[in-house]
Amino acid sequence: MEIWRLPVSASQRGKLISAGYTTLSSLSSISSSDLARELKVSESEALDILKVASHSHSGGSEMSSGNCSIFEGAQNAWDMLHEEESLVHITTSSADLDNILGGGIHCKEVTEIGGVPGIGKTQLGIQIAVNVQIPHDFGGLGGKAIYIDTEGSFMVERALQIAEACIEDMSEYNRFLRKDFQACEIRMQPKDILGNIFYFRICSYTEQIALINYLDKFISEHKDVKVVVVDSVTFHFRQDFDDMALRTRVLSGMALKLMKLAKKFSLAVVLLNQVTTKLSEGSFQLALALGDSWSHTCTNRIVLYWNGNERYAYIDKSPSLRSASAAYSVTPRGIRNSSSSCKRIKMM
Amino acid sequence: MANKLISEIPLPKSIANVFAARNISTAKDALSLTEFELMELLDVGLTEVRSALSQISEIVAPPYQTALSLMEQRFQNEHLGGHFPTGLKGLDSALCGGIPFGVLTELVGPAGIGKTQFCLKLSLLASLPTNYGGLDGRVIYIDVESKFSSRRLLEIGLRSFPEIFQMKEMAQEMAGRVFVLRPSSLSEFTQSLQQIKVSLLQNQVKMLVIDSMAALVSGEHEQGVHRQQTLSWHISFIKSLAEFSRIPVIVTNQVRSQSHDEASQYSFQVQSRDGIVETLTRYDSHLVAALGIHWAHAVTTRLVLEAKSGQRFIKVAKSPISPPLAFPFHITSSGISLISDEGMELMGPEINSIHCQGHNEIINFRMDSLV
Repeated sequence: MEIWRLPVSASQRGKLISAGYTTLSSLSSISSSDLARELKVSESEALDILKVASHSHSGGSEMSSGNCSIFEGAQNAWDMLHEEESLVHITTSSADLDNILGGGIHCKEVTEIGGVPGIGKTQLGIQIAVNVQIPHDFGGLGGKAIYIDTEGSFMVERALQIAEACIEDMSEYNRFLRKDFQACEIRMQPKDILGNIFYFRICSYTEQIALINYLDKFISEHKDVKVVVVDSVTFHFRQDFDDMALRTRVLSGMALKLMKLAKKFSLAVVLLNQVTTKLSEGSFQLALALGDSWSHTCTNRIVLYWNGNERYAYIDKSPSLRSASAAYSVTPRGIRNSSSSCKRIKMM
Repeated sequence: MANKLISEIPLPKSIANVFAARNISTAKDALSLTEFELMELLDVGLTEVRSALSQISEIVAPPYQTALSLMEQRFQNEHLGGHFPTGLKGLDSALCGGIPFGVLTELVGPAGIGKTQFCLKLSLLASLPTNYGGLDGRVIYIDVESKFSSRRLLEIGLRSFPEIFQMKEMAQEMAGRVFVLRPSSLSEFTQSLQQIKVSLLQNQVKMLVIDSMAALVSGEHEQGVHRQQTLSWHISFIKSLAEFSRIPVIVTNQVRSQSHDEASQYSFQVQSRDGIVETLTRYDSHLVAALGIHWAHAVTTRLVLEAKSGQRFIKVAKSPISPPLAFPFHITSSGISLISDEGMELMGPEINSIHCQGHNEIINFRMDSLV
């Protein structure tokens, strides 16, 4: 490993290189006082450099040790498959939608959901924040939810309605399928569900970045958070930017952090996005906002749209799922299967 | 919090000095840069940058609330749980009690359908004492199109609440609570918005009406990028205004005819069925809201006022609480009122379409009957 990859400041790096230290191994046998003299820096600073260097060096040398993983931090495909199979998905409460999603919203992945105003993005967001709390006994995750509201469109009244319906459904399920199991009675109340949704209201893009930086710490303190919903990721980034290159950089940095959170705490990240019009092939078409480079950042991308009289979800991008569309409907009880469709899933 | 000064954040002295020396004075400046840009700029190591950024982030990030505490708080502190009843019973029950506080509610519809009538009625209601279902506060009415009529306001008052408006002093007090601003240009509008922000809380303002948003923008600029950007600032500002003062904000929007190359489909839809459906999804009415999709995302509730085969309807086209419902209404001397409190459930494109058929018939019909 070479010196220029060390995470030290630019001037320290410059000094190291000009003093002839180009590889890490050249730093391994030198004492801090010698280094301090050679670089003309204070001894404590030299010690810091050596610490950083030995840290990255030992990180490198671990590569050869350890029997299960040959490369540090790597995981083989077989293990990954098993891990993926053991993960529980978050149901959307619409069986058709779950079906095309391969069981629901995936943990450890970033899922982007976009659509025209009024199609039901916020509804789906609230539904997911409620459904993540379905206990293990009922095939859920039994986790908590973080809801980041950038637009002020979160409605507590609506969350309450959806939570009540969710509990009703669970007790229904209890009655029909588990007559003999008295043990798993539902002790959840709609109030408990609301109490497990952590709601953040964001008023500027700076706050949005700050919050996403801070989430790492927050989730470490609240380990049972299993989903982060951002409604919507777009709003502030659409208004306050003049410098589009800066916007792209900030956005991709944010997306990376979210992806890292998803992997680290094995939780699902759901980003809601708005729609814009785009000129392509000579005609205006609808497309999700934030531009082309943003569309690379999410693992899955789902577009909600009107098809005739029904709301449809279409998998626009996914590394593992077939592109398919399914109808759903927004009812007073939340997201459900489309009423008129029994078997309407169409594979494309 | 975004403009929090870095000097006020308890960072280690050495790092804080570096930030100051490089002229990165606010949290916004620091957080707009990536870690590596900061390393270059500040000339410090990655670990220092990371720990400084996480400290800044922790302070700038807003505190959380659970949805439960949010609900309890709203029910305790706010009149009627944060909803303002419009007096139209069917609509109120669909919207969980009325027009929500703290967010934008949009009225969109063709000219002469009754948007201003609805606004007048709402302003009047908001000024009434609470025992009459009002908010007992002042109303700011930004009248862009010069359509506000105080005569009509008092007429509606007299017909709907004769017990109040027959007394001259009461009528004077109620009407005295409605303040009308008439900005003639976008920059004037911007100015008055900024003034409003300052005085909103001090002056017991309980509702803000903007009639109409579209007139402001269409008068100033041509279509295109610039127009979008001008509006962006206003969208943000009005939303935050509504949010921090927790009052209902009513904004009206005009309609325009759909231009031929209007986007209504995604690229994958076009590919999958070659233009056959395309003609079908075109709404037969050819009317769309004047402000585009960006604006439509920003409003929380959209009510469409339309006329269909000689009957006026008010539709809940976008709402986080209500299913899409349509209510027939008519406008009488006492203002807007529903003919039936039973809403008709809407499906598919019907929800967002804006009809204007038979609208003239209503007027002609009335004329005939008068003769």
